[in-house]
Amino acid sequence: MDQPRTFSSWLIIAVLVVAAIGLPFVVPTYYVQFATKALIMGLLAMALNLAVGHGGLVSLCHAAFFGVAGYMLAILTPKYDPASLWLTLPVAVGTAAFVALVIGALALRTRGVYFIMVTLAFGEMLFYLFHDTKIAGGSDGAYVNTKPEVAIAGYQLLNLEKPIVFYLVVLACLIGTVALIDMLVRSPFGRALAAARDNERRARSLGFPIFRVRLTAFVISGALAGVAGYFAAAQFGFVAPQMLGWHQSATVLVMVLLGGLRSVAGPLVGAIVLMGLEEVLKATTVYWKLVEGLIVVIIVLALPNGVRQLLTLTFGEPAQDKPAAHAVPATTKQPVTEAGHG
Amino acid sequence: MDFVTFGVQLLNAVQYGMVLFLVASGLTLVFGILGVINLAHGAFYMLGAYLAYWIAAYTGSFWLALVGGVIIAFVVGWLLEIVFVRRLYGRDHLAQVLLSFGLILMVDEIRLILFGKDVHSVAPPAFLSGAIQLTDNMSYPVYRLAICVFCLVVAAAIFLVITRTKIGMIVRAGAENREMARVLGIPFDRVNRYVFAVGIALAALGGIVVSPISTVFPGMGDGMLILSFVVVVLGGIGSVAGAAIGALLIGLTDTFGKVFFPSISSILIYVLMAAVLLWCPNGILGRREV
Repeated sequence: MDQPRTFSSWLIIAVLVVAAIGLPFVVPTYYVQFATKALIMGLLAMALNLAVGHGGLVSLCHAAFFGVAGYMLAILTPKYDPASLWLTLPVAVGTAAFVALVIGALALRTRGVYFIMVTLAFGEMLFYLFHDTKIAGGSDGAYVNTKPEVAIAGYQLLNLEKPIVFYLVVLACLIGTVALIDMLVRSPFGRALAAARDNERRARSLGFPIFRVRLTAFVISGALAGVAGYFAAAQFGFVAPQMLGWHQSATVLVMVLLGGLRSVAGPLVGAIVLMGLEEVLKATTVYWKLVEGLIVVIIVLALPNGVRQLLTLTFGEPAQDKPAAHAVPATTKQPVTEAGHG
Repeated sequence: MDFVTFGVQLLNAVQYGMVLFLVASGLTLVFGILGVINLAHGAFYMLGAYLAYWIAAYTGSFWLALVGGVIIAFVVGWLLEIVFVRRLYGRDHLAQVLLSFGLILMVDEIRLILFGKDVHSVAPPAFLSGAIQLTDNMSYPVYRLAICVFCLVVAAAIFLVITRTKIGMIVRAGAENREMARVLGIPFDRVNRYVFAVGIALAALGGIVVSPISTVFPGMGDGMLILSFVVVVLGGIGSVAGAAIGALLIGLTDTFGKVFFPSISSILIYVLMAAVLLWCPNGILGRREV
């Protein structure tokens, strides 16, 4: 993560981007929609990882930001006409960011396991807000009848109703998010965030405004989760309280762990792997959740550093990764348990 | 609200708080002593209720269901500790969250395979059914009163074991300073197994005792899990006394919230939690650093 990008790593990125752009033109629509869903969940996982992996803040309420943004789209979309993306996207993301600000300001007063529990509880609070009140259909959820419209002065730029166009828009958002998080992580802000994660006491004594740095990261993370939620609601054409539930938050955490905590795009890989796995399991067994649960347990016990470790085990360690690979088990432990003990 | 309704609601609040305490005390014991955050706690609450339904349906005896359910849950907890949980000690909370999430998926699916997805109900034992006349115009279900008494006995037993026995001393030593206790020769491998199994058994016990007054359904563990977490956060992690205070607070807030503000009652609990956390971030009886 710290090394400057080499020519070959740029080449790999370029190949991946070209492949991702080309994908919808060669596969059937079903797979385009599946890929879109995987990218949206990948976006959510990367957003969450800004808090979890980079900030050491294990949040169990990111589904709430995801869901709130989705609900905003559902509420703002008129019954028969499409809503304007220019209006609804900022409102939805802004709402998610505001909710993240409120929850973060309260939850960040706590540490470690309290933080996990408090975020869990606040996430459920929002779940019940949508479940028990009449907002957008209560426990039944609400339909988003039309996808948002991308138009300038009445002229339609993009038709999001076309799966390929929708996929490409989500892909663009995803690439933008990767670039944004990558930039943030490498910036002085990202260094301060990592410093607070690795050794809170030292970072504090060095004069970093830890609370502010963490809150900012949490809000950005919540806003990006909101972007994912907005597109998820647009894609499924439906929002329901389950979108905000803690099962969703935990599933996304699994994706993050699967992809590797320290990387920027790793959670995207985790999301694709987990969703692909679910797809295969659903097709092969009725009791797919049992197998999925077992796989999650095995991953946690056997692969604390995610899929990347699996690749390393299979293909051997790349030479330049060796020191880092040894350091990783210690650092994965640090963000939550060691925080505050410095 | 007249006096009689108030009295009935107050009893409901206490009864609800008692059950919450039962479940949350298991959660806080496991966390306080093993340092493991167990999201699957609610799943075992649900499993307890299903086991109660299943045993009661086959044997016709609620008492067999009570004893059998607790024993099965204890054994399951014991085995889970050996197979999975003991690999988590000292790992970060994220790993614990995820492993217990995997366990939830598994427990839930096993429940589906064994018991199906139907909603069930369990009949209370014959001599505890019906209502008791408390005052001239106030009657109350006997079974709910029995829950209060039963939970009080269990709570007293937990307190006595922790404060008065050698096992309790070991457990407290482990919660206080694990390394030091290990150096002094306490066999934590074995103690851990008991603690985890007791924690799971307490969750199941909660599910069993509520099975006659609430329906037994697949998602029942979720709500209970979140509420137990709120109770533990309110009271302070690892503190059984804190869990008791937290559980009663939640019982009162939820019951009277439903009476006075029905549409936002489930949110009131979290408002209470936010208020308490603003006042003391580590809970009412929590220690400063966790």
